[in-house]
Amino acid sequence: MDIMSNLALGFSIALSPYTLMLAVAGCFLGTIIGALPGLGPSNGVAILIPITFTLGLDATSALVLMTSVYYGAMYGGRISSILLNIPGDEPALMTTLDGYPMAKAGRAGDALVLSGFASFYGALFATIGLMFLAPLLSRVAYQFGQAEYFALYLLAFCTLGGMASNNQAKSAIAACIGLGIAMIGYDSRGMPRLTGGNLHLFDGIDFLVAIVGLFAIAEVFFFIESHGKKSSIGVKLDKVRIPWKDIYATRWTMFRSSVVGFIAGILPGAGASLGSFLAYMSEKSIAGKDGGFGKGAIKGVAAPEAGNNAAAGGALVPMLTLGVPGSGTTAVLLALLMTLNITPGPTLFTDRPEVVWGLIASLLIANFVLLLMNVPMVKIFVKVLMVPPWILLPGVTMVSFVGIYSLSGSYFDLLLMVGFGVLGYVLRKLDIPTVPVILGILLGGHMEDALRNAMVISGGDFMYLFSSPIAIGLWIAAIVGFVAPMFLRRFLKKPQAVTD
Amino acid sequence: MRKNFFKTFAIAATLSMGAPVIATAQAAECIAPANPGGGWDFTCRQIGKIMFDIGAVDKPIQVTNMAGGGGGLAFTNVVAERNEDANLIIAASTATSTRLAQNAYAGMTADQVRFVGAIGIDPGVIVVAADSPFMTLSDLLEAVVADPSSVTFAGGSAVGGFDHMKPLMLLQRAGLTDITTVKYIGLDGGGDAITQTIGGFTQAMTGDMSEIVGFLTSGDVRALAVLTSERVEGFEDIPTAIEQGYDVVAGNWRGLYIPRGVSDETFDLWAGRLQQVADSDEWAEAMAANGLAPFTLVGDDFQAYIDNLIVEIRQMSIEIGVIQ
Repeated sequence: MDIMSNLALGFSIALSPYTLMLAVAGCFLGTIIGALPGLGPSNGVAILIPITFTLGLDATSALVLMTSVYYGAMYGGRISSILLNIPGDEPALMTTLDGYPMAKAGRAGDALVLSGFASFYGALFATIGLMFLAPLLSRVAYQFGQAEYFALYLLAFCTLGGMASNNQAKSAIAACIGLGIAMIGYDSRGMPRLTGGNLHLFDGIDFLVAIVGLFAIAEVFFFIESHGKKSSIGVKLDKVRIPWKDIYATRWTMFRSSVVGFIAGILPGAGASLGSFLAYMSEKSIAGKDGGFGKGAIKGVAAPEAGNNAAAGGALVPMLTLGVPGSGTTAVLLALLMTLNITPGPTLFTDRPEVVWGLIASLLIANFVLLLMNVPMVKIFVKVLMVPPWILLPGVTMVSFVGIYSLSGSYFDLLLMVGFGVLGYVLRKLDIPTVPVILGILLGGHMEDALRNAMVISGGDFMYLFSSPIAIGLWIAAIVGFVAPMFLRRFLKKPQAVTD
Repeated sequence: MRKNFFKTFAIAATLSMGAPVIATAQAAECIAPANPGGGWDFTCRQIGKIMFDIGAVDKPIQVTNMAGGGGGLAFTNVVAERNEDANLIIAASTATSTRLAQNAYAGMTADQVRFVGAIGIDPGVIVVAADSPFMTLSDLLEAVVADPSSVTFAGGSAVGGFDHMKPLMLLQRAGLTDITTVKYIGLDGGGDAITQTIGGFTQAMTGDMSEIVGFLTSGDVRALAVLTSERVEGFEDIPTAIEQGYDVVAGNWRGLYIPRGVSDETFDLWAGRLQQVADSDEWAEAMAANGLAPFTLVGDDFQAYIDNLIVEIRQMSIEIGVIQ
């Protein structure tokens, strides 16, 4: 009953009117930050850090506020994915695939409530996992060397095959474009590549710039092309109710996705994006051809949201127990902890129980606040759709520019973003999916580093990549993931609908 | 309290819409030339917070993250566009001097800014996993000298970075002639490097004291040496490399620089504020909690220190073939 008493300690710290108010404010602000394209959880949290100092918050209150913003942003990212087909932040990328078609089919309200519940499920699952297993789970990271990470990233790329488009070759082209973009900047040996001597490119291209360009700016170009008359944005409204049937129908999807997402979150370097991606892909392969994935399947909405929120919670495990941030946002939270003179590490759970359990309690509080807040707020969010596109799109453009400018305060990123907008426009004209491009940018650099580091360790022996049971298991999964779609397609011989 | 809260909250909302665009009048700004979460970010936030807490500045210092080019983007930005900004401080560390020495800031040189001071040093350390066969620094170094391929070092900086240099400096003293044979992988920060070492994928980790504190107390790692002239307070059981016969002192100082074009009064003002932070109890606490050792060098003395350091690193970088 150690956990119960610890939890009681946590709640006694985190549960006061003042901290509750902070949680509500944080959740609200986080949801908005998450929903705005270009403002992701990591810069949202970073921008708010000075506020904790100004308010003179103590460690627990600061953590409550920050984790509320963190979880809020994870919830919020889905809103623009579903309503506008523009991911609010990178983990919400996968939610566009089915969320937007579902909204287009007139079920925007259902999609928002269902994904909100899936977010809650995933986050709750992860928080409970963190509570019971964190010190144990931190050991998982010790099992992943460079060879294992390489195989993990490879698995992600191999399952890309039938993802966004039914044309595998087009997905492959898109992934290669992403990988090519990931090559820009310093490599792991400290050599700048493809930068043309431009300092702005030395650290590579920020994936937020790419996401906002490929999705938001490209959308604007399409709108301009149609002379402002129509836009692919514009979904029908429906009554907001709680789709109990859908929630019930996706209960196992949410569970499986939470497990997958949580594991991805625990691994430093994998993170929420990989979590939601793997959750979506595994659900898609379980559902098979008749699952209707990509056309507004409810499972396709629930899976990535449960996955990315579980991963967000999972990423706290290595942050707290190893001091290794698994994502950009946890890196910021880590910085906050350090500023508060809390040093994460294997002994944090025993040395500073009040911090850890205060944090866990505040995560639970934030999660319930978010669920309660999100269901009634859906009505407000959906109202956004009643705004005509000629008002909405300039607004989105403005927010995109401000958000991207706030990343590094450099106009160069803005030009780059417009460049990505053009790329996104061209790709969509050619019916090449843009999601694999983003995944290539997100994971390509990590994959390359893992491979090159593995080669340094082994002295150039490629067999090192198959040297552990975990690595071999991941290789097998990758090969199956790559071959199975082709095989299944031939086997089923069904005509394929082309979707974008 | 509540009213105040909502006011701040409103400011927060405005800030979140475009932080750097609407800079608050007169509030000083600290540029952390990296993404949130790293050492420079820590420097800005911690020093900024303490300056405000002890009343050295009357408004909270706003932290801007300007990642790019390993700090080069911020450096060129300051030199080219904000050369006379008196309200600007920029976080710096050994990495700044390493990159300047290696000419990695697109031809920029150290004399294009003014180094205000350093107020703490993160001592360099060499650690192995608790179950490692290497019991002393000599065990490790002799094994590498005998067969360089038998040991891979993991560190938190890229190849040619300061974490890479530490074992190379030690190995030079140990008599290794071809230091290019030493295996080193640069990972995403010290935490990653230590995780790989505990997992047994790499045999030793080279990093800073602050990166290993949590793992030392948990007993997952064994520190073979600390690269300071004397043992570090609070970590008296870790022997120095010098005691063990390898004359290497290497640490990651934390400090600030400001634009070159500001007046001497501004320079003295910032030097004074930094000195106040150095003397504060809050900073002593922050240092202790984060494994930093005292190292206060503020004002003109620090400029001289930087100049010497850059010459030394440049010499070493040529020896190990990082630059010609």
